[in-house]
Amino acid sequence: MCEACPIIDWANELPTIRSFTPTRIVSEMSDFVVWYDRYDAAQKHLVGGKNASLGEMMRAGLPVPPGFALTTDAYGMIWRDRDLVDGVNGLLRALDHDDFAHNRDVSTQIRDLIENTPVPDEVVDALDAAYASLCRHCGVDDLPVAVRSSATAEDMPDASFAGQQDTFLWVCGLAAVIENTRRCWSSLFTDRAIAYRHQTGYMHTAIAMSVAVQKMVDPIASGVAFTLNPTNGDRSQVAIDASWGLGEAVVSGEVTPDNFLVDKVLRQIVKREISVKLVEYRLTENGVVDKLPIETDRQTRPSVTDDDLIAISMLARRAEKHYGCAQDVEWAIDRHLPPGENVIMLQSRPETVWSQKAVAPVATGGRDSLSSIVSTLVSPLHHKSTS
Amino acid sequence: MGGNDMTSKRFPSPFEIEGPEGVEGWEELYPYSVSFGEARREYEDQRFWFWDSMHWGQAMTPWDSTFFEIAIATLSQMNSRHYRIPPADGIDFRVLYGYAYLSPVGVDPSQIEARVPQFIERAGHYFANWDELYSNWLVKVKDAIAEIETLDFSPLPEMEDLSIITEGLAVGSGYRLLSHYNRFKDLILKVWMYHFEFLNLGYAAYLDFFGFCKQAFPSIPDLGIAKMVAGVEVDLFRPNEELKLLAKKAIDLGIARAFDDPQNVQLEGDAGAAWQAAWTEVEDPWFNFTSGNGFYHFDKIWRDYPEIPYAFIKDYIAKIEAGDDISRPIEAITAERDRIVEEYRDLLPTDEDRGAFDGKLGLARVVFPYVENHNFYIEHWTMSAVWRKIKELGATLAKDGLLSADDDLLFVRRDEVNEILWDYYSNWAVNAPTVSKQHWEATIARRREIHGKLSKWQAPKALGVPPEVITEPFTIMLWGITSESVSNWLGSDDDVEGVLTGMAASPGVAEGPARVVFGPDEIGEVEEGEILIAPITAPSWAPVFPKIRACVTDIGGMMSHAAIVCREYGVPAVTGTGFATNRIKTGDRIRVDGSSGKITILD
Repeated sequence: MCEACPIIDWANELPTIRSFTPTRIVSEMSDFVVWYDRYDAAQKHLVGGKNASLGEMMRAGLPVPPGFALTTDAYGMIWRDRDLVDGVNGLLRALDHDDFAHNRDVSTQIRDLIENTPVPDEVVDALDAAYASLCRHCGVDDLPVAVRSSATAEDMPDASFAGQQDTFLWVCGLAAVIENTRRCWSSLFTDRAIAYRHQTGYMHTAIAMSVAVQKMVDPIASGVAFTLNPTNGDRSQVAIDASWGLGEAVVSGEVTPDNFLVDKVLRQIVKREISVKLVEYRLTENGVVDKLPIETDRQTRPSVTDDDLIAISMLARRAEKHYGCAQDVEWAIDRHLPPGENVIMLQSRPETVWSQKAVAPVATGGRDSLSSIVSTLVSPLHHKSTS
Repeated sequence: MGGNDMTSKRFPSPFEIEGPEGVEGWEELYPYSVSFGEARREYEDQRFWFWDSMHWGQAMTPWDSTFFEIAIATLSQMNSRHYRIPPADGIDFRVLYGYAYLSPVGVDPSQIEARVPQFIERAGHYFANWDELYSNWLVKVKDAIAEIETLDFSPLPEMEDLSIITEGLAVGSGYRLLSHYNRFKDLILKVWMYHFEFLNLGYAAYLDFFGFCKQAFPSIPDLGIAKMVAGVEVDLFRPNEELKLLAKKAIDLGIARAFDDPQNVQLEGDAGAAWQAAWTEVEDPWFNFTSGNGFYHFDKIWRDYPEIPYAFIKDYIAKIEAGDDISRPIEAITAERDRIVEEYRDLLPTDEDRGAFDGKLGLARVVFPYVENHNFYIEHWTMSAVWRKIKELGATLAKDGLLSADDDLLFVRRDEVNEILWDYYSNWAVNAPTVSKQHWEATIARRREIHGKLSKWQAPKALGVPPEVITEPFTIMLWGITSESVSNWLGSDDDVEGVLTGMAASPGVAEGPARVVFGPDEIGEVEEGEILIAPITAPSWAPVFPKIRACVTDIGGMMSHAAIVCREYGVPAVTGTGFATNRIKTGDRIRVDGSSGKITILD
């Protein structure tokens, strides 16, 4: 039994609803949903990191799939349920931080509790309206969406105590959206997340969960793009890894992707290496994403066209310019969009390796042009085409 | 493939090469100092020699070789004696079985440092005063051309003109002929010194800019750098622009159909006269333009062979009538260049770097007009005048029975001509028979035969020991000779069947049937939509580029004319493949990727 874990007054301690009074709940009902195309940085604390990033990208005019965030206020609403509060508090006090198996058990129970607590009508209505609107916007009934956790971590540097970043793909219909939303909420209480918060002394109420609901892209091909050459840090190049199907294969390393180098400025492909691609993650007939083998003729065919490559690199460059630093971008070619409009951005985050290195000037100080010419002549310059 | 293999591999020695059969005595077509020989064997055997097929792709007559020798010697003096390029002296040169071979001479490492302050002082003066010196240069060159054109090789008269008496001149036509010939030789040497006056400094400035960009962006394609340096308004493209204007004029005057047969253009009536006047206004200097590269006796000059530019005009007329826009999109080219500069500059890490970039690019742009234009002023305009004079002299000697045919003179060495002129003058003075025709008949016949056989021989690409390192700026920038290209010549075991590589000289990908062309006389065979394969192209081939889908050459670097012209005309190109004209046959379907430098033979 853990005496260190306090009894939590959820209704009053969750930051986002700390300010809630019954009257405010009524007037802020519409705040349960923040659409990406209307996102504002002031809303960051309501939508969590992932949603904030997607919203920012969309507002910057980058082609992210349409979607919305279910705010932390929605999450806060379930904690008005006395049964949930009492149940979770009781379970938390039952934790034994030296007994992993026991804690896994406790975690499972907490998660079950959360996932089975009735979702308040206001939240259901908001989700219903938003999802229906998204379906209409995309012209598809029961639009397949990705449902992802997007936790807030006010002033907290590390995502580890926010729980796994759960992603649920190919979710169709409101019922499934709600079900997966609850799973995202409960992911704050995996055993690892609980343990981590305990160890670092953070309150379980210090973090709240927002949920990202975004149109699912059915990709012909997908991959990653770095806005610099990862082998030598050359910032005039975009390095692209690509393979068939969903990006999971590339990101996880299960497939050796096709690799390209594109010159950002000339907008030309300067290097190509086509690999033998054996597996892909794709949507099967049962409406489920599965890992499947690739048929022979597609294994050695380039997974992207030259036009795709130029579009991807231009997109990555736009993200780089927007954020003001080198980016690591996840992209996909949407099977259902027309060529020329089918390159989608799924994620963009700062590149971490070369950006951390000290920026050394190319020119050494104090050299006039003539000395530089002498130096170039005296240290022989071999002209090779790019390797 | 790679640097490590090079020292174990070498090319054949010049002394191991067996020339074609039946060419004994070929060495006499050239001065004795340009032949390989026992006296210098130890020196010659240890060097690296490459065949300069870019400029001298065919076996040379004595007068062809004259310009080869003068060009290389004058290039060399600038490095070694004028500017004291620290690591590089001149380029040694030889003729082997009629073909031109070059060997860059490096400076002994212990001497390099001492040359640095000398170079700084001398090159510094030119960089600091470039624009003024370049303006003066234009004046000097035009004066030299004007003087060449006043040289008089007309036949010696039956009687001297009365003015020689009334003006008390005493010095007559014989002196005129002999001294004008000597002056001719002097002027040729002089203009070639002008040709190289700035050139290596220009290349050194390019190299500096290139080097900086490669350091900042290790994977940047050479093409990207070249695009930033490229100028837009250069005199070199003017002849082609004038052709386009004349095509338009023909349409406006209603005489477009007159050009349907370029061999037989009849310009009639007022419209014809008006068009002719427009031509006359621009032909000097702009149509002092050679169809080749200016170095060969058989190169045809537009003014003397108007059917050549007429054929280009016909093509332009067809395009205009079909509604195509034939104008050079200058605004688009400039905008694109400026965009590229801005974006690369933006990607540089520090403000200090941006300052250095601006400085180096600025200098590269200062030197660019000269680097581009000298080719028009010397190789085209001057050499047009020079070859005309040689032909004039040849015709005079044939007419007055010193030689049998107008072009016999081409087979006489420049130093030998003086003896013919002496025979001519002295026996004209005496009024007695000359003897040169009989004296030269058998020799010239023999030399023609030898030259014919040499012309059919396949010259080896390189001889001797591959270099550790290449420092001479021309060798790198113009000929595109790098350790990598040398390695290609050595023949890599990694060669993939049906794939050639070279420099990615002009971006884009194209597929189509190949047309292999060895010289300007064959470019008429090129058809719409074909891919041109040639040892090298010349600026005067520019009108062919609207027809072709892509261009591939055997030799040439990033700043060679083939590369520059292809980029200007937006045609994908791969240069410096080494042996494309060997590996590809007319009719082969090929794919050319000018962005990566790869050519694939499809079938």
